[in-house]
Amino acid sequence: MAAEQQVRLGADGAGARAASAISAAFQRGRPALIVYLMAGYPDPPTSLTSLVAAAEGGADLIELGVPYGDPVADGPVIADAARVACAREGGFGLTETIDLAAKLRSALGAGAPPIVLMTYLNPLMRLGLAAAAERMRGAGIAGVIVPDMPVEAARPWLAASHGLDTVFLAAPTSTPERLQALAKASSGFVYCVSTLGVTGERDRLADGVRELVARLRAVTDLPVAVGFGISTPSQAAEVADLADGVIVGSAVVRRQADPEAVHAFVTALAEAVHGSGSALPSAPQAP
Amino acid sequence: MPGSLLPSAEEAYSSPDAQGFFGPYGGTFVPETVMPALEELARAFEDAQADASFSAELDALLADYVGRPSPLYQADRLASEVGLGTVWLKREDLNPPGAPTIINTIGQCLPAKRMGKRRVIAETGAGQHGVATATTAALMGLECSIFMGTEDIRRQALNVYKMRLLGAEVVPISDGTGTLADAVTAALRHWVERVEDTFYVLGSAVGPHPYPLIVRHFQKVIGEEAIAQLRAKGADMPDAVVACVGGGSNAIGIFYPFLRDVPADRRPLLVGAEAAGLGLETDKHGAALTKGTPGVLHGFYSYLLQDEAGNPKEAYSISAGLDYPGVGPEHSYLKDTGLVRYEAVTDREALDAFALLARTEGIIPAIESAHALAMLPRLAAELGPEASVLVNVSGRGDKDMDIVREAGLGG
Repeated sequence: MAAEQQVRLGADGAGARAASAISAAFQRGRPALIVYLMAGYPDPPTSLTSLVAAAEGGADLIELGVPYGDPVADGPVIADAARVACAREGGFGLTETIDLAAKLRSALGAGAPPIVLMTYLNPLMRLGLAAAAERMRGAGIAGVIVPDMPVEAARPWLAASHGLDTVFLAAPTSTPERLQALAKASSGFVYCVSTLGVTGERDRLADGVRELVARLRAVTDLPVAVGFGISTPSQAAEVADLADGVIVGSAVVRRQADPEAVHAFVTALAEAVHGSGSALPSAPQAP
Repeated sequence: MPGSLLPSAEEAYSSPDAQGFFGPYGGTFVPETVMPALEELARAFEDAQADASFSAELDALLADYVGRPSPLYQADRLASEVGLGTVWLKREDLNPPGAPTIINTIGQCLPAKRMGKRRVIAETGAGQHGVATATTAALMGLECSIFMGTEDIRRQALNVYKMRLLGAEVVPISDGTGTLADAVTAALRHWVERVEDTFYVLGSAVGPHPYPLIVRHFQKVIGEEAIAQLRAKGADMPDAVVACVGGGSNAIGIFYPFLRDVPADRRPLLVGAEAAGLGLETDKHGAALTKGTPGVLHGFYSYLLQDEAGNPKEAYSISAGLDYPGVGPEHSYLKDTGLVRYEAVTDREALDAFALLARTEGIIPAIESAHALAMLPRLAAELGPEASVLVNVSGRGDKDMDIVREAGLGG
């Protein structure tokens, strides 16, 4: 068992980036649209319908949020959705989210976009890192984003999660040394955090994002996707001009109780993003 | 438990390590946005420690502004009432804002100013840390916002008024149960947004590294003074030292010098009193060490009240300072190593101890501190009528008048 795992680790370590389903989602010759939805919100069946709607609307990658009781990196829309999902009879947490991802994949069949889980660290620890990774692989999940797991705290998870991509977040405040370390530890893509779109500070913040994307490009060949605060198709198009991917969260979750609204909104986002500029001019194309 | 990895009692007590781990507990589990600020804080703290002018400035403020050392008082009427030989009270209730967290807020705001931050924020439960931070901000000319749960604002109206009088903004947090844990989350979330111009003055021995270390560094003066005062009075080393534990700052402040400076064979029994609330058999308590399991909350790994899915549970206590679902990481380590014993005290026992201290000694303690005082009858039964016990009276009870009146104390 241990030897077998080591062999797999070795193979993944050498080829994970090229073979990753997540990286492939960025290699279609256009910017990628990444859509975040909250699992279990407003109820499990509706969240599944909305996930299908987002995929059919043109999401290249689904970021599936795990409801958690202390979502310290999330704004009010996502935090409230998490609270509603958590409060359901019997609870809705990491295991239910993984099961929902499996259902989404079987509902969509071969054309399903890859799924990356956005979970806080404690649900992973509570389930057990190895058990959580095993269950995710079984459900066909492609990777994870753990916003409260900085790169120096990630070693136990990285050791347990072979076969899964782990996407680290880069912030405008990250030092050059930290950018280098988190880009090196990332697989799939690097998540570039911006506060773009909040309180009308778009011009200044857009400049900050451009700079952070450039700083990341200097230290990694991985795709760079920008998220936090992107709420309209025109903002998404603007970001798509400078990054490889655009992540839209709260603006989708706000519509999540109405799958038709999700479909219409994601379709508009996809048109805006896919019609934009610059995807990965320097990256290798998918075979 | 990996017993062999833990230091034996003979080894010097040297936690945490460079990454802020006390055994497996502690560490840094926060969004990337604030990681650089924590690194900067750790450097600023190291620089400040190495800088003689910083400690001179701090010592002068502690002597002339705070009025330290706080008295060590021999409470004979209380001792005879509970059946102990000697009870020593470390009078932290006499700090100007009503609790020793003022030492910590001054200690943190001095380097914050050096880091060029013009604004400080803090969370508060009982309001003591909020008042201390507002006091320090007024003293140093810093802008100040205090995050406080709406339930705590209701329970601690007097402290809310004091903070506003001192020029601080009080930000009400209605998330969750509107108590301390929600205020910590809101303060962390706000800090993520404003990290460039804002310093987060964390009030308890919790949070990501280096906060637990910094809080201990400033609060340890409590235990250092107590040891020196006992020596100056010609008293023996007490048989036990007791403090209440919510996040655990006052407790680590009095325990740490006994762990660091007193050899194991002479060291008193160290006892932490958690909140048992309505009883450990109910789900209305705040006893993370007694009833919790390890997990990550608010940026650190420690014992935690959590559900099967890893969500933090709501903690309850009559005391707004003890209803926290986690506990400082060093206390988790001290529990596992057996260096400190933790017990839980119900609301009722705390109220009885509160009334007892008022009647026997004329001292009105904080309801938090009453949890430590409630350990005295138990320790008398265990250690016998000759034993001596040192209690950290970690705050005064002005703020709790409405609560104890509602609970029926004083008739």
